[in-house]
Amino acid sequence: MRRIGLGTALLALTQRDLTLAYRRRGELANPILFFVIVTSLFPMGVGPAPEQLRNIGPGVIWVASLLATLLALEALFRSDYEDGSLEQITLSPHPVSVLAFAKVAVHWLITGLPLLIVSPLLALLMQMDSSTMKTLFFSLLLGTPTLSLIGAVAAALTVGLKRGGLLLTLLVLPLYVPVLIFGTSAVHSAAHGLAVAGQFYALGALLALSIVLAPIAIAAALRASLN
Amino acid sequence: MTAKLEVVDLECIRGDRRLFSGLNLSLNTGQIQRVEGPNGVGKTSLLRIICGLSLPESGDILWQGLPIGAQRADYCSGLAYVGHTHGIKLELSPLENLRLQVALGVADTELNIEGALERVGLYPFRSQPCRTLSAGQCRRVAMARLFLGQARLWVLDEPVNGIDQEGVREIETLLESHVSHGGMIVLTSHQPLCMDLPAVRTVRIDP
Repeated sequence: MRRIGLGTALLALTQRDLTLAYRRRGELANPILFFVIVTSLFPMGVGPAPEQLRNIGPGVIWVASLLATLLALEALFRSDYEDGSLEQITLSPHPVSVLAFAKVAVHWLITGLPLLIVSPLLALLMQMDSSTMKTLFFSLLLGTPTLSLIGAVAAALTVGLKRGGLLLTLLVLPLYVPVLIFGTSAVHSAAHGLAVAGQFYALGALLALSIVLAPIAIAAALRASLN
Repeated sequence: MTAKLEVVDLECIRGDRRLFSGLNLSLNTGQIQRVEGPNGVGKTSLLRIICGLSLPESGDILWQGLPIGAQRADYCSGLAYVGHTHGIKLELSPLENLRLQVALGVADTELNIEGALERVGLYPFRSQPCRTLSAGQCRRVAMARLFLGQARLWVLDEPVNGIDQEGVREIETLLESHVSHGGMIVLTSHQPLCMDLPAVRTVRIDP
């Protein structure tokens, strides 16, 4: 009896989740459409004055990407929970925390990464100059994985509940606030030509912290939900 | 090496209802343990506790004399569980489902994966999405998991639910051959499955 290596198992699970996402690609577009629509409505709502858009731009893009991440979170473990796949994953000899990490990584790849890719376009819409745009891109690059990881803990906690959606939002929003504050603050500073290293350090620290701690919390939460 | 599964003084409480307490079982290689009882009495809970999916209120599950919590990876490598839900993805084909099962657990060859589908009679359907299969066929895909990775302990919750009479007989044969090759099975079934085998022992949970 030869157990499969953890790396192979991670790869297989990642591949499965990507295949599943591809075969349900109708749902896949929801978060990114939401992100684009919400952000592009603002210039029409508040008026196209460049100065005003430059002021609200960072906040709008960050809030929209936060809500778009949230939109896709509920489905993260839901279908695996309902069809019993989650039980089978939990019964794998590999650590559940590491397997859960693979699922979160896929979640980021299919929601966070597209947001990241279209963010420069939306930054243009918000009249940002190129250096601010670059800061926005990198702040989202550091911030959105943290949002996925933190959100996954709440998704794992609420997966067993019939209507966990609202509870999920309530649980997750306070934890999202620091990421939002540092993210928008970095972009604002860049827009005013100030140094952004401090905010980036904070975003990096939050990301490092959630990479280390979130998988453990997710595994414990999944076990509790299955119990 | 003979394996042994022991359930010691198990107590299970769900909500504020005590399902069972003081439950003892012992299962050796080559034996089938049947769990009987009316609906809602805690059969599924017992099987889930044996798998380590749920925690009991008190009591222990011992595998080769050690609590399963202390040897999770080893215990899980030798365990195959088929619960109420199939644990298969409807968007994936039977072959893809089984491949993931293998990748998450114990190594097996592509030949064996196809062989497992052959044994449950689904080889012709191996590449079409499970969504297009019937409920009984999905159940068979779930059952095919049992043959992968040489799991020694099978835990089966109503394994023949939704399976036709012909299939039930086939599954009986499969169960019989598993225990005769040194496997062990814990199962619940409302159908009189494998009742005439000498290896079957029955425990009844009463409300």
